[in-house]
Amino acid sequence: MINQTRFIGLEAITRRFASVPPLSERLAKRITGQKASTTVVHAVEDVSLSVAKGETLGLVGESGCGKSTLGRVAAGILAPTLGEAHIDGAAVMRGGRKNTTRVQMVFQDPFASLNPRMRIGDTIAEGPIAHGLVQKSEAAADVVRWLKAVGLDADAAQRFPHQFSGGQRQRVAIARALAMRPDALVCDEPVASLDVSIQAQIINLFLQLRRDLNLTMLFISHDLSVVRHVSDRVAIMYLGRIVELGATEDIFLTPRHPYTSALLASAPRLAADGAPVQEIEPISGELPSPINPPPGCAFHQRCSFAQPRCQQERPLLRAGGTAREVACHFPLQEEKQP
Amino acid sequence: MSDKVLLQVRDLATEFATRSGVARAVDGVSFDVHAGEIIGLVGESGSGKSVTGYSILGLIDPPGRVAAGSVKLDGQELVGMPRAQLRALRGRRIAMVFQDPMSTLNAVLKVSTQMELAMRAHGKPGKQEMRKRSLEALAKVGIPDPERRLDAYPHELSGGMRQRVAIAIAFLNNPGLVICDEPTTALDVSIQAQILIEMRTLVREAGVSLVWISHDLATVSVLASRLLVMYAGRLIEEGPTAEVLRRPHHPYTQGLIDSLPSRAAPGKDLLQIPGSTPSLTALPSGCAFKDRCAHATAACDTAPQQTIAAPRTWRCHHPLNMDTATAAQATP
Repeated sequence: MINQTRFIGLEAITRRFASVPPLSERLAKRITGQKASTTVVHAVEDVSLSVAKGETLGLVGESGCGKSTLGRVAAGILAPTLGEAHIDGAAVMRGGRKNTTRVQMVFQDPFASLNPRMRIGDTIAEGPIAHGLVQKSEAAADVVRWLKAVGLDADAAQRFPHQFSGGQRQRVAIARALAMRPDALVCDEPVASLDVSIQAQIINLFLQLRRDLNLTMLFISHDLSVVRHVSDRVAIMYLGRIVELGATEDIFLTPRHPYTSALLASAPRLAADGAPVQEIEPISGELPSPINPPPGCAFHQRCSFAQPRCQQERPLLRAGGTAREVACHFPLQEEKQP
Repeated sequence: MSDKVLLQVRDLATEFATRSGVARAVDGVSFDVHAGEIIGLVGESGSGKSVTGYSILGLIDPPGRVAAGSVKLDGQELVGMPRAQLRALRGRRIAMVFQDPMSTLNAVLKVSTQMELAMRAHGKPGKQEMRKRSLEALAKVGIPDPERRLDAYPHELSGGMRQRVAIAIAFLNNPGLVICDEPTTALDVSIQAQILIEMRTLVREAGVSLVWISHDLATVSVLASRLLVMYAGRLIEEGPTAEVLRRPHHPYTQGLIDSLPSRAAPGKDLLQIPGSTPSLTALPSGCAFKDRCAHATAACDTAPQQTIAAPRTWRCHHPLNMDTATAAQATP
């Protein structure tokens, strides 16, 4: 099913955001002879990832961990500070339109991502026409084709976003991305703003599209159960770095990084027979600031297994077993199966 | 938890006048909350769960109105109570925690000032006493270094800390009932877990009752001992959390549980409820769920009455997961 080529390739991506202090502050500093300092947010630090053709990689983390920034770098919306994002061997930020449109994005909030003043048909056709993928005369037929692909009626093309529910709008956003004939999709929390029953419909749509179109996806979400359901492999991010990477079921059944394990234990969930699980274990403390990331392992202040070494030396992401990578000095042991 | 009924809601109906007609956001909802109990009010957007919470507190503004029904707190009727009286009661005996703490906290006032305002609204405490009570309240909700946080503005706090401040304010005057409207929805998983556990402790220690409104079955079931499921303004199912989740009687509840990703094998299609929630101004006659329901028959064209078989209630002509004992016990 999946051939092991690097289709989406992220190579040593670092993305920092510098915020320059306001002019008044800079002037005041200059007058008093001090140096104006810019604060730097380390959103993504040295992340390398690859996604094979036809594969779905889930990217999990809490807010501020850099997962959306990494997604935008992969889609060619943000330029990385260091490193390069590739699609099928070509740099997504170079080579003009030929490459920059090969990865498309689906955003979280379809209320914000669709232009309220444009008819759905125009929204979907705009990209393909601008990039010469379809002729203007054929655009209407093309729009209908993609509307059908996402389970909407052809007459939706004449309507405006406000005439649709949240789930239908997200279908439109997916149709718009697909109309660009992308080689890969980056989905940033595509079901987070939807109701449970609608969420299931959209997840099923993704599963169906993946089967029909052999889509390659980077699926970003904070919702562990959604990621577990759609992903072949999962990467767990914490404060700008990947802390664990592996096949979905391996990660969920035998997490090896203490953060992964703690994250799984803190998520409310239902047992297999539907019974509520009332024993959730919260992780103590909060995410440290990405402006001043702590030295050593970024998780050491919240980790119950931390040793002195964790405060000084940053653990590198390294292979631990088959296709499993963990960035921890003291990874949890895999439980022996009886 | 005791047997004393703290809050009694009967046949509550709340309407909103809209351009396309009158929308009954809450339609004939009845339930009890016992002292020290946590109940979960579950439903999707537009199900009327939040409006139910607002109606209890008298927070429905025109063009909305509580059209019918009664809300009794400790036997005292709240529907139609004069504004001034209601004001004296809100924050003192019933408090509310909203979803987004950034919009409920005042952005230009320090945390300490906002807490003082809440205390002065219900008494004349001295400066020292207020500071002491504020510090205690912040410490109780797990805020580290409360002394420093007291002088902070909301924007200086993280999302989790802000929600903790909002919760601390709600608990300041030792209310008997706290209504929480999706208080952890905007928060991360690890922070949500912290707040859920802190809430549980807080409720046990203070003996308050909690109405926890949420769209997330799993989150609600961490705390709630009883679940109330709403659909299109009606309460369609009620019962002890574990029983409702294990053996839901209403097909909608079953559908909600089945559509959770954790209920299907990875990569396999989820069981989905077809269609979407009907518009409140154009509800189908009879059972509002019938167009999306796999079990619907001609009988569903008449609205199902509430069936009560304590501790469960449901509103369906064709309830699921019934054993004969429950069915015989049921009195329509």
